[in-house]
Amino acid sequence: MPIMTDAKPEAVLSNDEILRYSRHLIMPEVGMTGQQKLKAAKVLCIGAGGLGSPLALYLTAAGVGWLGIVDFDVVDYTNLQRQIIHTTDDVGRRKLDSAAEKLKAINPFLNLHTFETKLTSANALDLFREFDIIADGTDNFPTRYLVNDACVLTGKPNVYGSIFRFEGQASVFATEEGPCYRCLYPEPPPPGLVPSCAEGGVLGVLPGLIGVIQATETIKLILGQGESLAGRLLLVDALGMKFRELKLRKNPDCPVCGKHRTITALIDYEEFCGIRGQEAPAGNDVPAISVEELKKKLDAKVDVFILDVREPHEYQICNLRGYLIPVGDLPKRVNELDSSREIVAHCKMGGRSAKAVNFLRRAGFTKVYNLTGGITAWAEKIDPTVPKY
Amino acid sequence: MPQIHIPSPLRQYTGKKSSVNVLAVSVGEALKNLVEQHPDLKRHLYTEEGKLRSFVNVYVNDEDMRYLDKEATALNDGDTISIVPSIAGGSFELRASGSELIQSLVARSWKLAPKKNHHADHDRRQTRSRFKQR
Repeated sequence: MPIMTDAKPEAVLSNDEILRYSRHLIMPEVGMTGQQKLKAAKVLCIGAGGLGSPLALYLTAAGVGWLGIVDFDVVDYTNLQRQIIHTTDDVGRRKLDSAAEKLKAINPFLNLHTFETKLTSANALDLFREFDIIADGTDNFPTRYLVNDACVLTGKPNVYGSIFRFEGQASVFATEEGPCYRCLYPEPPPPGLVPSCAEGGVLGVLPGLIGVIQATETIKLILGQGESLAGRLLLVDALGMKFRELKLRKNPDCPVCGKHRTITALIDYEEFCGIRGQEAPAGNDVPAISVEELKKKLDAKVDVFILDVREPHEYQICNLRGYLIPVGDLPKRVNELDSSREIVAHCKMGGRSAKAVNFLRRAGFTKVYNLTGGITAWAEKIDPTVPKY
Repeated sequence: MPQIHIPSPLRQYTGKKSSVNVLAVSVGEALKNLVEQHPDLKRHLYTEEGKLRSFVNVYVNDEDMRYLDKEATALNDGDTISIVPSIAGGSFELRASGSELIQSLVARSWKLAPKKNHHADHDRRQTRSRFKQR
């Protein structure tokens, strides 16, 4: 499925470049023609995070001539476990600056274009038109659908990768003949139904594994070699170390790439994914107590039963010596609680415990309160020895 | 006996099992049998009206059941059913955070971490609120 047919005239390799790419040049599948295609290619990476790190590093090393990166985030400590383009010294820097420094050091022949912006319905089409291939390393459903639709509308292939805990997915969407992301998932899951807070996390090497698959697919598309993942969904299970693949078909009724398409322009993707109107953190409408009030009560030896609704592995990180019942277990363990006592429920940030308070109120508990801001607020305002995570 | 492959986000509802054996001759029956064995899974796969949720993709071996006979698709011994959820993670922040659990265990022994983490959390929160404001 060749994307770029002929190398553009300016993509002539210097002697330095010929030496640099020698291990490519001596393979007939790449050769001088392929390397010139790589040099002429323009790839846009969405995100310079977990997937974007290996993607950008390998595409740069391989000699992709033009690389764009869209990101508006700053490096923090919790990124370093998987976002290998950034180092400890980069904490606090813009990810684009940090990434640009590494990429230019790896390959000074790279033409790098950084876009410090959130990808939106207003800027995506103009941006995508400037590139040949889009590599999607984003982290949320609205942007996934935005990238997909913008790729379909501009006719650019979408090299897709996604990760969750120990599992990853990769494919190539929106090629001329192949299916798009909406053919696979016409609708996003409603917010809250996909396990997030309690079930989140990702094994640090997993974005490496998936990002390198994306880089491989990108390079194959540029070279027009091999069999692309278009029409196939690769599933990677790092725990079982199993790679499986599923057949993907172009959905004739797909709203964006089907025969009778209803989406012909970019839409409001946050509304589409049910995000809009959810700004208020869950828990504003349930009876709550602040960490300061709780501290006062505890100091005054008021009888307060602290109910921790997080998961056991979170309890191991830090706890307020509360009674642990993960929020998912609450319905079947509610009989362990004494409704005559004052109960303060908490989780990490206050979202899950708000659900727990709601549930308990409906179950007839009248003296149950949500700890606003969760154990994180406790760590910030009351006890700095409690680690934040 | 057909086997249903459970993706990791749903394993918390199957007692951590990664696959479940079912007695069934069709995909619909297999899924019903699955939620009978693991009732907590039901609301994640079915709507309150008892219809399979639109974002739950079900494959029989490597084929999407939407392109077979949907829930009436016949099953043979040894067939594998896969539930393939949509996942969005990839970049700087998995939705609703949570992504920092593993690192935080390491960060505990990191003397510098609490102070810097404070800034990082602040940045992250700003990022999230910016994201949500749009």
